[in-house]
Amino acid sequence: MTPSYNFAFLDEDTKRMLRRALLKAVAIPGYQVPFGSREMPLPYGWGTGGIQVTAALLGPDDVLKVIDQGADDTTNAVNIRRFFARVAGVATTERTVEASLIQTRHRIPETPLREDQILVFQVPEPEPLRTLEPREAETRTLHALGDYGLMHVKLYEDIAQYGHIATSYDYPVLVDGRFLTSPSPIPKFDNPKLDRSPALMLFGAGREKRLYAIPPYTRVESLAFDDHPFEIQQWEHRCELCGSGESYLDEVVVDDRGGRMFVCSDTDYCGRRRTEAQA
Amino acid sequence: MSALLQVRGLSRHYGRRIGCEDVSFELHPGELLCIVGESGSGKSTLLNTVAAQLAPSAGSVRYRQRDGEWLELGQLSEADRRRLAREEWGFVTQNPRDGLRLNVSAGANVAERLMALGVRHYGQLRSIARGWLERVEIDPARIDDAPTGFSGGMQQRLQIARTLVTQPRLVFMDEPTAGLDVSVQARILDLLRRLVNELGLAAVMVTHDLAVARLLAARTMVMQHGRVVETGLTDQILDDPQHPYTQLLVSSVLTT
Repeated sequence: MTPSYNFAFLDEDTKRMLRRALLKAVAIPGYQVPFGSREMPLPYGWGTGGIQVTAALLGPDDVLKVIDQGADDTTNAVNIRRFFARVAGVATTERTVEASLIQTRHRIPETPLREDQILVFQVPEPEPLRTLEPREAETRTLHALGDYGLMHVKLYEDIAQYGHIATSYDYPVLVDGRFLTSPSPIPKFDNPKLDRSPALMLFGAGREKRLYAIPPYTRVESLAFDDHPFEIQQWEHRCELCGSGESYLDEVVVDDRGGRMFVCSDTDYCGRRRTEAQA
Repeated sequence: MSALLQVRGLSRHYGRRIGCEDVSFELHPGELLCIVGESGSGKSTLLNTVAAQLAPSAGSVRYRQRDGEWLELGQLSEADRRRLAREEWGFVTQNPRDGLRLNVSAGANVAERLMALGVRHYGQLRSIARGWLERVEIDPARIDDAPTGFSGGMQQRLQIARTLVTQPRLVFMDEPTAGLDVSVQARILDLLRRLVNELGLAAVMVTHDLAVARLLAARTMVMQHGRVVETGLTDQILDDPQHPYTQLLVSSVLTT
């Protein structure tokens, strides 16, 4: 731990501001709470929102896991994990079951989460209506009035153009029957894991300066049409490393002759299954 | 028969300038009222104020809902105002690009208001959208095309379909045919006349074109400098104008 920094990098006043915003976010599931986002020692888009939320939550006894696209060993994950090991001295892990706090980009771990775990998402664009309605004042009014017909215009366009709902990540959800919410760019494969999750889910958007939350056991519904219901991705393959047929698979190009393989995107899940199989 | 819309002493000022001043009228179900006047005479200001898109400086607008209850528009909450605009009213703008959502297909444009009302069946939305495209004489095969690829006249017809799809009781139209060439204008006017009759809608239409008023409206209001200078049956006003300004307006129409 580097002694010249305050514990977990941010000063205590900033952490208090963040915690207040987080309490408000938990009190109003899915509502985007503005907060005073700070400059962080890495660029916007690398997870500044998630890092600030994590910094505000970390205690000395926490065990931190950081994943990027499901993997623990990618640049973003490694750097954020090392950052907190340096400025907070907390224990880190790659095991989902051992972690008390998991910061994630683009995935929810395959291993079911527990009540004593918190999942922190990095969010690039917290406003699900933004692509359809560029005016911030207008989207806020739409949220206030629960006027969400517009979101279905996007789904309608998907079906009209592709014959099915082609939105495959950042698939819009309705939280607790009230607020339309962006689940961050997780694949829609992970949307069912949001529904009534025992773990607290917190979302931080650093550039957009917004926080929101899905508290434990909250109803989360993915939008759809009556005759085009919500469906998750399916593969004809199984993971070629661990043989799982239930996890989210990445397609990996392995040579320059068109060879490719499908493997679990969740490295911890895949690795654990392989060790279990060997034992 | 009881009125649908009651406007009393309505004024709208922009600072010290007058937008419209002390306008009163009533609109009955199924009636089409034309507001004519030159540019800057306050027609659009009046229309926007009546449609609750601008706050009035003085006066009141009352609207009778489907359930027969009168609403004072000045006292409506934002939520109620939007509900009214969504469920019972329609607004057709002069420039179809203001009224359309240009980055989504024609079908989505028509279906948007239905989705806002909570229709969640794709097949149903699709068939209604197709039906409406046909009604406004757009080839239903173009349902998935972007409106940016449509001609000006088609865009305007699309906007009309998008507005009327929810069967509003009251439609506001701001120069729907301005900026279109004469033959296209004639088709749109013909279409409007047919739809207004079929659906029995009430409409307030702003135009600077007296021929439009003659063709569509039973009643006409003439405005100058923000005030109504003459009002009455359209034929009466056009054939026997009383006010000097109306006389000037009528005599300025080019005849071929």
